[in-house]
Amino acid sequence: MKVSTYQAMAAIGQTIINNKQFLSDLDAAIGDGDHGINMARGFEAVGAKLQSLGPDKDMGTILKTVGMTLITSVGGASGPLYGTAFLRAASLGQGKYELDIETALMMLAAAITGIKERGKAVRGEKTMLDALEPAYDAFVEGAKTDKSMIECLESACEAARQGVEFTKTIVATKGRASYLGERSIGHQDPGATSSYIMLQTLLDCSQS
Amino acid sequence: MKKVINVPEQVVEEMLQGMALAHPQYLRRVEGFDVLVRGNSPVSGKVGLISGGGSGHEPSHAGFVGRGMLDGAIAGAVFTSPTPDQVYEAIKAVDSGSGVLLIIKNYSGDVMNFEMAIEMASADDITVDKVIVDDDVAVENSTWTIGRRGIAGTLFVHKITGAKAETGATLPDVKRVAEKVIANVRSMGMALESCTVPAAGKPSFVLAENEIEIGMGIHGEPGTHREAMSTADEITTHLVNKILADMPLNSGEEVAVLVNGLGATPLMELYVVNRKVANLLGNKGVKIAKTYVGNYMTSLEMAGFSVSILKLDSELKELLFAEADTPALVQF
Repeated sequence: MKVSTYQAMAAIGQTIINNKQFLSDLDAAIGDGDHGINMARGFEAVGAKLQSLGPDKDMGTILKTVGMTLITSVGGASGPLYGTAFLRAASLGQGKYELDIETALMMLAAAITGIKERGKAVRGEKTMLDALEPAYDAFVEGAKTDKSMIECLESACEAARQGVEFTKTIVATKGRASYLGERSIGHQDPGATSSYIMLQTLLDCSQS
Repeated sequence: MKKVINVPEQVVEEMLQGMALAHPQYLRRVEGFDVLVRGNSPVSGKVGLISGGGSGHEPSHAGFVGRGMLDGAIAGAVFTSPTPDQVYEAIKAVDSGSGVLLIIKNYSGDVMNFEMAIEMASADDITVDKVIVDDDVAVENSTWTIGRRGIAGTLFVHKITGAKAETGATLPDVKRVAEKVIANVRSMGMALESCTVPAAGKPSFVLAENEIEIGMGIHGEPGTHREAMSTADEITTHLVNKILADMPLNSGEEVAVLVNGLGATPLMELYVVNRKVANLLGNKGVKIAKTYVGNYMTSLEMAGFSVSILKLDSELKELLFAEADTPALVQF
């Protein structure tokens, strides 16, 4: 991929900050209305940390910085979940400077495992996993059929987008939205949405 | 949004500075962190008790830091769990070598962040344990939720566990008492009006003129259902009945009662509610050993209240009546 991890993380951070209100509005419908606020605060801190780190570090260092910064600045459930995800991915990026399909797959798998362990959640509970697991499956499918990195990412993003749509049809059983029971139906999950936005931004900046 | 603030991003920081300035005889800021601890922390020979959570629930939690209650409190962003590094600093600041007990309200984020802090402290060989408060009966505890929420009944956990820790009891013994309180406390709340998170700038939800939300959480998260406004007696009866359906009380049993304001409900109305709570329990022959009425676990400027009932035995009763000296609760 032409885009560096540093550039990709900067772009992801900017997109999350741009979507602060949108993500908070989604959360207000079924949670406590602060998902965008917390994620934007986290990625503003990430932006500052990345700037002082500089663009020349390996993927492991960059992703570890992102993970640690999210853990220490986001709070709520999103901080530990996304923070753990990036830390797990970071462990596979040590000494590497370019993302290949095999590493991308391993990183995505490690991130998902981290989220599941930390959040004690599985797919189908109206969480970020409903975007990330279909994305991973689509990525695996693409890799099997010898698609390019961009093509794999395209399929993964489409699967994540459908996953977000799917969250509208199910009842939340994890997080604060679970207290709503049936009332959570009809609303898309903010965490699944922010996961989709991150993947889509990675695709967008890889293509540009 | 009309609020007496400077900028939304600085609300928590400026509140913590103001609290430390207001209560120097009780509180000390852990420098560089959103943590307030007792001035004389760590207290030697005593288990350290820590609570915390999002801000916006004042006087919870730092208001209950002091002799007979907590050793330290961590303030997260408004309605957002504090981060693990902040909790870790609080643990270090209150650990005297006798171990630390974390009192966590049952929310996914709080549990995750506090558990990560426990992992960090354990790596330092500090003995840390936790209890999780889940007193809200509005939400059924089933496989379909993450369990009940922790709300105002947490006050009783702070008070009674704090009194136990003050006796010099061991960490397992302090934890046993905390778990006994949690097993015997139930709460349920309702809201008349929403609140506005400073950084959000608009109300978390909107209720029509004649509408109330039953089973409201303390973070502006929606409750179980909405219904038409009714009288104080009718609403109180509904809440108390939900609590009693979950924790039946027999004639002759003793309880403590907390009628907790969510921020914007006048004490006058809270006392009207308490009158009905006392009537309902009295009719059942239940004896009220102690009553608290006031704003203990608020939700910014939300209008509404919750009722908490704690079933007492002789141990819990004695500890409930023990002395406490904190900014928000003084009892002699």
